[in-house]
Amino acid sequence: MPRNPSLDNSPNLDEWIVFEDDGRVTVRSGKVDIGQHVSTAVATIAAEELDIEPACIDVPIAITGIAPNEGITSGSMSMETSGEAVRRAAATAKRHLLGLAAAALDAEISTLEVNDGLVRVADSNKTISYWELMSGKAFEIEVDEDIDLKSPDQFKYMGVKTVAKEMRDIVTGGHMFVHDMVWPDMLHARLVRPPHYWAKLKSIDEGAGERLADQGLELVVNGSFIAVAGSDEWTAVKAAERLANDVSWNMGDGLKSQDVFDSLLSNRREAFPVVGGVPQEQDVPPLGNPPADARLTLAAHYERPYTMHGSIAPSSAAAIFEDGKLTVWTHSQGIYLLRISMSDALQMEPADITLHHALGSGCYGHNGADDVALDAALVARQIPGRHILVKWTRDDEHAWEPYSPAMAMRLRASLGDDGQVIEWSHETYSDTHIMRPRPGANRAGAARLLAMRMVENPLDAPVAEPAMGFHIGIHRNLDPLYDFPERRLIKNLVRDLPLRTSAMRTLGAYSNVFAIESFMDELAEAAGADPVEFRLSHLSDERGRDCIEAAAKALRGGAEEPPEGRGWGFGFARYKNVQAYAAVGIELEVTDAAEVKLHRAVIAADAGQVVDPDGLSAQMEGGLIQAASWALYEEVTFDQDGITSRDWDTYPIMRFDNVPDIEVILMQRPNAPFLGAGEASSGPAGAAIANAIYNVAGIRMRRLPLTPDAIRSAAMA
Amino acid sequence: MAAYTLRVNGEAHDLDTDPAKPLVYVLRGELGLTGPKIGCALEQCAACAVLVDGEHTLSCNRAASEFEGTEITTIEGLAEDAIGARIQDAFMAENAAQCGYCTPGIIVAVASLLKSNPGPSDGDISEALADHLCRCGSHNRVLRAVRNAISGGQADAA
Repeated sequence: MPRNPSLDNSPNLDEWIVFEDDGRVTVRSGKVDIGQHVSTAVATIAAEELDIEPACIDVPIAITGIAPNEGITSGSMSMETSGEAVRRAAATAKRHLLGLAAAALDAEISTLEVNDGLVRVADSNKTISYWELMSGKAFEIEVDEDIDLKSPDQFKYMGVKTVAKEMRDIVTGGHMFVHDMVWPDMLHARLVRPPHYWAKLKSIDEGAGERLADQGLELVVNGSFIAVAGSDEWTAVKAAERLANDVSWNMGDGLKSQDVFDSLLSNRREAFPVVGGVPQEQDVPPLGNPPADARLTLAAHYERPYTMHGSIAPSSAAAIFEDGKLTVWTHSQGIYLLRISMSDALQMEPADITLHHALGSGCYGHNGADDVALDAALVARQIPGRHILVKWTRDDEHAWEPYSPAMAMRLRASLGDDGQVIEWSHETYSDTHIMRPRPGANRAGAARLLAMRMVENPLDAPVAEPAMGFHIGIHRNLDPLYDFPERRLIKNLVRDLPLRTSAMRTLGAYSNVFAIESFMDELAEAAGADPVEFRLSHLSDERGRDCIEAAAKALRGGAEEPPEGRGWGFGFARYKNVQAYAAVGIELEVTDAAEVKLHRAVIAADAGQVVDPDGLSAQMEGGLIQAASWALYEEVTFDQDGITSRDWDTYPIMRFDNVPDIEVILMQRPNAPFLGAGEASSGPAGAAIANAIYNVAGIRMRRLPLTPDAIRSAAMA
Repeated sequence: MAAYTLRVNGEAHDLDTDPAKPLVYVLRGELGLTGPKIGCALEQCAACAVLVDGEHTLSCNRAASEFEGTEITTIEGLAEDAIGARIQDAFMAENAAQCGYCTPGIIVAVASLLKSNPGPSDGDISEALADHLCRCGSHNRVLRAVRNAISGGQADAA
């Protein structure tokens, strides 16, 4: 088994677990809560291996210099890295404590039993608690990565539903987001953004500064970066709105507004064959003629537009600059990497910058969180000694967040005489999905922070290097899990596209799986096969087969056909081919108005050993609903003058009136390694919806979103 | 500036603010009640919802001074209310929130519904939540929690 990267970075047990004097235990994770309740899962795991109650474990919010450096909370990796690391740390701690207890109680380790942190010599009244054994001392040992772990029959807490630690605060209004933070000296700041990426400040009306000063407001201008700050939030909001009318801009050439799906295929690009999930520095093999023994060959072209994270809270951060040191409160998913990137942007030593993780609303990837942290720092540096709370507006968030790139997928496959796939080709085209701030060539860390394009002496918009790792970015889930004999997989990193893009939930996997799983249905129909049986006949992976069979059984419930007027569709993938498996079934109708009404969804998932079944189900459900929203409603629109999706009317998302009933089936895999699950259901869900539309209406939808207009157009084509 | 009095969660507060200042900024800023959230400030997402005389009301655009003479209840005040507390408990039991940013507004909407209609249909529930956006995808849990809160209330009444 490969080494756990979190333990490589933070090998000392004392970095993970501290027994506090007050009878509580602090368990540190470098992963941050972004709505997935990871701290509850971490506490459950630690409690299990330590044999103490989860309720006496605290998982503090991460702060640079204190929390283990676990990189970015992304890629559904928290349980696979932090969860597995904490489990081993807790087991190491327990073994050490039992050794201390044996000495203290003068007993053999084998005679000791633990109940809620109290060690007892069996059949005696000789006891000592973990806290008495530690009494303020440190462990001063390393985590043993190969330590024996509990077996599932010994589990008391893992695999049992828990209520997330923060739920009481969430439901009573006490859950404190960065947006809610208050300091007595705090100033609220709002930004005045340019009309689009390439506009530059021409001038600010002469009297504007004075008018602001009269209201007790501060104006911050740094190149084309403009902010207004004041002690009253509403006053700052109104002042920023008024100031926007007092500013004129050089518009430059504007946004490139030609059809993005044309650009994806015609722009210059870098192309790589992908083998085993990894891009190769080789020439791309041409798509030849179909094999001579092909009974039939199908080709299809699928497309997905730009989409946005659409966090319900616009991004926010607080900062104070004092005595040459900067402190920032941020909902970034990667506080250590952001610290390095901000140190470059601000030309400060990393040691002079402290980042506290603070709660934001769900982000689902790289939204405006990192950008607004630098915005807050830029304002704070101009107004030293006071806390500055910057909030983006809804308009800022919609127009400036880094979007998920538009993608195009060109597939071709041939079936042999037996109806099996004998050749498979999939070319995928996209801008980068990987633009989180992190150090790299050309000051990448700083350049990837939005405000660095606006400040005096700006940095150029960053240019992505092709990502060459296993199943990342554009080629995530490009390689199907099916047993195809010949596969030609091509990743195309397309240049000169119009919008700023970065990581959003699943990265390229959603689009690739949408294409693969739609095409599997097209092939199944051509082969005259049932779509479920067709998938199974190409899949030897037993865990995958179990998921597909369970989803099909749950959706169909023994019936041959869906109820009158409804369609069924399936989709399947294993996230990155190594993380959680998910098979999704959808039952829907297409109304006379060409609206898609979702009725039922089933998800059969295998995420290895389950820590918290309810939390895992929540991730599966959320991934499906968000993916259904992308599929049915979402497209970022723009023209030469800028982004035109600027609020929830111009960028609609899923509402309560169209959520399906969802049944989640979790495969039981006792003690199998934790498999990241937060992104597993999304790709299969998108394809399952398109397949169900075809099933009921006979219309094959290959471009998202599946709006009534799009469905009507496709029906007439 | 304008002087006015707001009754919030059963207490009267004398205020003196810009008369156009929307209610949510007064609740959050002057009164320190940060349960109501600002998500869009456009009356499009309903994260700012509060009860005004028991009615579901968006607080992000309408001036606070307009609400003089009404009884305002925020998510913080609902814990003191039998129906509100039952809904909050039902949401907890179902883990009916991921990030929780939209949750205060949603619970307020449910409270408004159940106060006027103790036995709403699924259609009534969906209608009551039509304004509310949730991006994490907790919708099914919310609907389950609401149904549980309804049946809990009916069991209490029986």
